[in-house]
Amino acid sequence: MSTLTLQGAAEGYKAHRTLTVGSEWRRQWRRRRTQLALGFMVLLPLILLVAFEFGSDSSDDGGGGRGQFSALVDVATAGGLNFALFTLFVSSGFLLVVVIALFCGDTIASEASWGSLRYLLAIPVPRARLLGVKLTVALGYCALAMVTLLATALAVGTLRYGWHPLRSGLAADIPAGEGLVRLLAVTGYLGLSLLVVAGLAFLLSTLTDAPLGAVGGAVLLYIVSSILNQITALGGLRNFLPTHYSQAYLGLLTTPVQVDDAVKGAISALAYAAIFWIAAWVRFLRKDVTS
Amino acid sequence: MPVRLPTLTVGLMRSISRRLAGVVAAVGLAVAAVAMAAQPAQAAYQTVDAMVPGAQGDDPAMLDTTLYLPDDGESKHPAVLLAHGFGGTKQSVAKDAKDLADRGYAVLTYSARGFGRSTGHIHLDAPQYEIKDAQLLLDWLAARTDIELDAAGDPKVGVVGGSYGGGLALLLAAYDQRVDAIVPMITWNDLNTALVPNGVFKQAWAGVFFQGGSGGPDAACGRWAADVCAAYLKIATTGVLDEQTKALLEERSPAGVLGRIKAPTLLIQGEADTLFPLSEADANARGITGAPVRVAWYTGGHDGGEGPQSDQDRTKFLTLQWLDHYLRGSAETPSSSFTYSRVTGLDAVERGRLATGYSVDAYPGMGGDATTTVELTGRAQEIASPPNGSPAAVSSLPGAGAAASLLSSFATDLPGQHARFETQPINGGLTIVGSPKVRIKVASPTGEATIFVKLYDVAPDGTATLDNGLLTPLKLTGLPKTLAEAQPVEVTLPGVVHRVEDGNRLRLVVATADQAYLGPVDPVTYSVDLAAPQLTLPTVDGTPIQTSEALWVWVLVGLVAALILGVVAAVVIARVRGRRKEQAITSEYAETPLSVKGLRKTYGKFVAVDEISFTVERGQVVGLLGPNGAGKTTSLRVLMGLTQATAGDVLIFGHKLAPGAPVLSRIGALVEGPGFLPHLTGEQNLRAYWRATGRPWEDAQFTEALAIAGLGDAIHRRVKTYSHGMKQRLAVAQAMLGLPELLVLDEPTDGLDPPQIAEMRRVLQRYAVDGRAVLVSSHLLAEVEQTCTHAVVVHKGRVVASGRVDEIVGDTPTTQFEVTDLDLAQKVLDRVDGVAGYAVDGDRTLIADLGEVPRTEAVAALVRAGVGVDRVTPRRRLEDAFLALVGDSTAGSGDR
Repeated sequence: MSTLTLQGAAEGYKAHRTLTVGSEWRRQWRRRRTQLALGFMVLLPLILLVAFEFGSDSSDDGGGGRGQFSALVDVATAGGLNFALFTLFVSSGFLLVVVIALFCGDTIASEASWGSLRYLLAIPVPRARLLGVKLTVALGYCALAMVTLLATALAVGTLRYGWHPLRSGLAADIPAGEGLVRLLAVTGYLGLSLLVVAGLAFLLSTLTDAPLGAVGGAVLLYIVSSILNQITALGGLRNFLPTHYSQAYLGLLTTPVQVDDAVKGAISALAYAAIFWIAAWVRFLRKDVTS
Repeated sequence: MPVRLPTLTVGLMRSISRRLAGVVAAVGLAVAAVAMAAQPAQAAYQTVDAMVPGAQGDDPAMLDTTLYLPDDGESKHPAVLLAHGFGGTKQSVAKDAKDLADRGYAVLTYSARGFGRSTGHIHLDAPQYEIKDAQLLLDWLAARTDIELDAAGDPKVGVVGGSYGGGLALLLAAYDQRVDAIVPMITWNDLNTALVPNGVFKQAWAGVFFQGGSGGPDAACGRWAADVCAAYLKIATTGVLDEQTKALLEERSPAGVLGRIKAPTLLIQGEADTLFPLSEADANARGITGAPVRVAWYTGGHDGGEGPQSDQDRTKFLTLQWLDHYLRGSAETPSSSFTYSRVTGLDAVERGRLATGYSVDAYPGMGGDATTTVELTGRAQEIASPPNGSPAAVSSLPGAGAAASLLSSFATDLPGQHARFETQPINGGLTIVGSPKVRIKVASPTGEATIFVKLYDVAPDGTATLDNGLLTPLKLTGLPKTLAEAQPVEVTLPGVVHRVEDGNRLRLVVATADQAYLGPVDPVTYSVDLAAPQLTLPTVDGTPIQTSEALWVWVLVGLVAALILGVVAAVVIARVRGRRKEQAITSEYAETPLSVKGLRKTYGKFVAVDEISFTVERGQVVGLLGPNGAGKTTSLRVLMGLTQATAGDVLIFGHKLAPGAPVLSRIGALVEGPGFLPHLTGEQNLRAYWRATGRPWEDAQFTEALAIAGLGDAIHRRVKTYSHGMKQRLAVAQAMLGLPELLVLDEPTDGLDPPQIAEMRRVLQRYAVDGRAVLVSSHLLAEVEQTCTHAVVVHKGRVVASGRVDEIVGDTPTTQFEVTDLDLAQKVLDRVDGVAGYAVDGDRTLIADLGEVPRTEAVAALVRAGVGVDRVTPRRRLEDAFLALVGDSTAGSGDR
């Protein structure tokens, strides 16, 4: 039996206790899409490992036409660190983009499509809090996905290829200890640069009731940006593309470490993500929730 | 990437420089680079095109010129003669010219004779042709009124140029004392040593060069002057430099006339340059004794191009500083510090290279300011020189531009044609800056040997890198037949800036043939050995130059700080605002669960709710009745804080409702159908919902809620397997969790079967005790009538009736009779006292207002009179009202 409190709220109700990060985490954890996405993060390194086992290493095309960084592919089996690095390298372009768009783009749009969003708002979970918790948990799952991918790749790669110095193909071998730090830095930078996707997907998620629309829209725009970035004729304009610095993490593999591009990439990613998130907040706080 | 930052950041940069006192100069360099890049790019200049007569004599030429005049309001400008590289035209330097014009220089660009639209033949910077041309251009400048003069006929002029243009700058400064400053870039000191180093003809580069002058009517010589063409053909055929050719090249080299140069000289040379290596600039620097000289190296060159952005910024800054001081006297005297850079990584974004610049107080020359000696090991080896120098090792690809230097790690040596000597792994690594030296012994059965000496950096994995494909060719004569008799030969390896990483080895390779050089025709086998194991490596203790890139770190720090502050501020503001809102209360409504006053909601021009007012008191079950589209659901959405009202107030227990208002926690709701997480079971959904409220478990009244849902074992199935009715019951149960004081249900019986509807009615009636209240919206008259104590009828966004259900629903004087004899029935009613009136409705139906007459009495009267009564139905006001509304509505009675 509820009694009146000073704030007029039901007994026991505190706005800052509604929809805690923990409860949202559990809501999302039980979802099949969460489990599948994380499962795939475990599966991918295994698939790559199997592919390397079956693939013959005799195909010697010398990396022609693949650019200087093809070296990363060539040294993928040099050790656990290299295998993990390779796994990140191949997944950074698309897989991680999709996974992050999924976690961040689906989170609000799916609640809207189920109709459960209005019940959360009627609890009431303050809208800003709802977004904050949703975003925190979505980013948490993004981080978990990346860590899972990295840890699995590192574990599998080390078991199969051993614990050896990191070979980047760009510079001298990096001792295993420092190599691990570099690998973590690369993962960190990747995560940071993918905040653009996270921001965009989250914004779209507040704008649409169709989860697929939010996820697909974010991935689509990311791809368009990547394509535009290939057009060198755009010159300096490309510096403003959200994906322009997406591969700056490769600079973290050289000796000495090149952080210039990574710093710019971090600025770009944070700025874009902040803009998208602010837009999401502004929009959602004023929105009429009709679904 | 150009850095466009306001002067504020330049100031920031300055404050950094104060802290890093040791790198003040370096930081200043970066500041200037930023400032320079921040210059506006609009065209603040005019151009004047003119054909100017060059040297006439035996090969007259007209020079195609463009003068870029700054549009900055000054009447006179210092001039810069900007010369292009070999094979280019005045267009090749147009961009640099514009940059300089933006900085206030009158820039004269021209196509050298034999190039572009200029006439005449190529004499390869000969004093009496190209140099004379340039002197005439100085005359032409001096004759203009808009050029600053030192004296009559003597313009204030600097000469800037790369390669062919650089050679011109040096030679012009030597032959014409009117030149006030020069910036020769990637150019030669002596064409003899550049094209035929140590007696070995650099055939690939010479060929590229010669090709650059082809075209025109003469198939063999193209636009080349006959004497230069003949010299090339001779040397390319024989590989031998005869006296006549030697003299011809000497005349076209600054080497012999450097002593005459009085113009301050900034020498910029490329590290990736197999045509004019660093040693050419070194020779120029040593030769110029009559003027200040400054030397800078960068990672580009004829093989490496312009180099990375940091290098371009640095060389551009140095050039402007040089000109600004020596032409305008405006800047501080440039220091004599030596700057160089080294490739320290690959630019993953632009797929280019990244270089780090270093600075040291004075130019140390090719020997470094210190040396490190490492020991080479290896036995004497025999190496075969192939006939005609083929097959040959590949070290560089002259003329391929920047792509060529990528070859560094692919340089190959052929088995049997090279000798190797290696060091132990170099502990701690080191950076070679300058020309390493080594002493070897060579023996040849013919007494002559042509060898190519290279120094590889070998990584632990065996990858060998030849820095920029640079090597030292040597043609040795007077050699003995055996090594025992051989005299040591000191080999000066090419100047490099190269980092040897910790654990890497150095490998000295002596090869017999190289694709870029002309080798001997006859096959022969040499013997090679080290004369001394020492390999002397020059080093320089340089300080890394802070580039403008360092600014970005601060930008990043600032951005992160701003974001954190922004989030904290937003949270604080939201809390404060929320608290203020929570405490506003209208006290007379404090005990009224719901009071809606003048609610209006429009979507653009569409009016969903026009004006609705009603109240729900404790203990009431209020029905919100209306046809589809009447505005019921919209009202409820506003009530739940899902949408914002356009006008009007909603008070819940006296609290003004706003989205997310805490008082909403006292309402349980089912609005617009159930909404559950399909992947959770019914029970998990209820638990997840309650967890999301953050309220204590014991308040939830879980058991009661589950009983209301009445789902049995199905409560443990995933919601996605539920029927619509099951979800509906679960949703009602969810709304009742915690027994909220106000229960708002939108079409609660939707999808339920009759027994469940009956059960639902009982539940709702039981609910509204203990001061609780229920608001039910429905389009079903019967449901409201049977469930509710009060009703509010809305239509087209307005309230058309409201009050107690029994008041507006209950027995009213209007009664509908279905009778066998209509006429007789009318007569009977006429006779009954108190009947207010009646109306005929169809063949057999009579609607009568019985007034005070009980219905039983009226029926008895009819029956007594012999009228057969088939049916007597009390007419109700609510129904009247509702039917009147629905009557003109064609909408079916769907969900909502």
